[in-house]
Amino acid sequence: MQYLIAFLVGGAICALGQLILDTTKCTNAHLLVGLVCLGAVLSGLGIYEPFQEFAGAGALIPVMGFGSSITKGMLSELERLGWEGLFTGAFEITGLGLAASIVFSSLFALLRKPHK
Amino acid sequence: MKPQEYQELVKENSPPRPLLRNTLWAFFVGGIISALGQVVLDVAQGAERTKAEAAAVTLAVMIFVGTVLTAFGIYDELAEKGGAGAAIPITGFANTVTAAAMEFRREGFLLGMAAKMFVIAGPVIVFGILSGFLVALAKALILGLF
Repeated sequence: MQYLIAFLVGGAICALGQLILDTTKCTNAHLLVGLVCLGAVLSGLGIYEPFQEFAGAGALIPVMGFGSSITKGMLSELERLGWEGLFTGAFEITGLGLAASIVFSSLFALLRKPHK
Repeated sequence: MKPQEYQELVKENSPPRPLLRNTLWAFFVGGIISALGQVVLDVAQGAERTKAEAAAVTLAVMIFVGTVLTAFGIYDELAEKGGAGAAIPITGFANTVTAAAMEFRREGFLLGMAAKMFVIAGPVIVFGILSGFLVALAKALILGLF
């Protein structure tokens, strides 16, 4: 059941994004930045957590979940460390993925030639 | 003719984009990737101590998946069909990093690959952190967390 919910919610967010791309002058980059900011702000307002409880990966995997993870990390580290957490918390949840993307992208750039 | 005028002329004369088909494809591709993420999240929640750690591991695994699919040229085909459905999930974020790293490798490792790896993903990180910082700061001030 949770898989179906993740499929429907994740799909709906992407479909909405596609509609925005097709019907407005919004570019891919603007859309992604808009979504990440939306996720970060909704998380700060306490709206994204209940949504993610319900939708699981349907809320985490779209880039809004990335923004939400930034805010969530900041807030939890803020409680643990004090003001330093506002800065270190940015990478508390996202750091693992970011460093992984740097390491593996570099590796594949070394190993493989670009396509086309 | 100016480049902008040419662009507009091309836009006027190109066939209208099939709105419904694009949207359905985006829904389908985005949904499948999210469902796959749910599988990873379920496994991670069983293995990690906290929800935040499970989320971190899930994001990292999906980023790895996106990186591998990009390196083997599969993600580009997925993106052609799926559009926003391939771009919005975190795998699309990984796709932009890997594609840029591979693309700019020819300009050298330092000023090419390393410098331009985040040419598309960079704004997402910058604005994500800026908006997260502002909202977390506001919340901390209002709730008196300092």
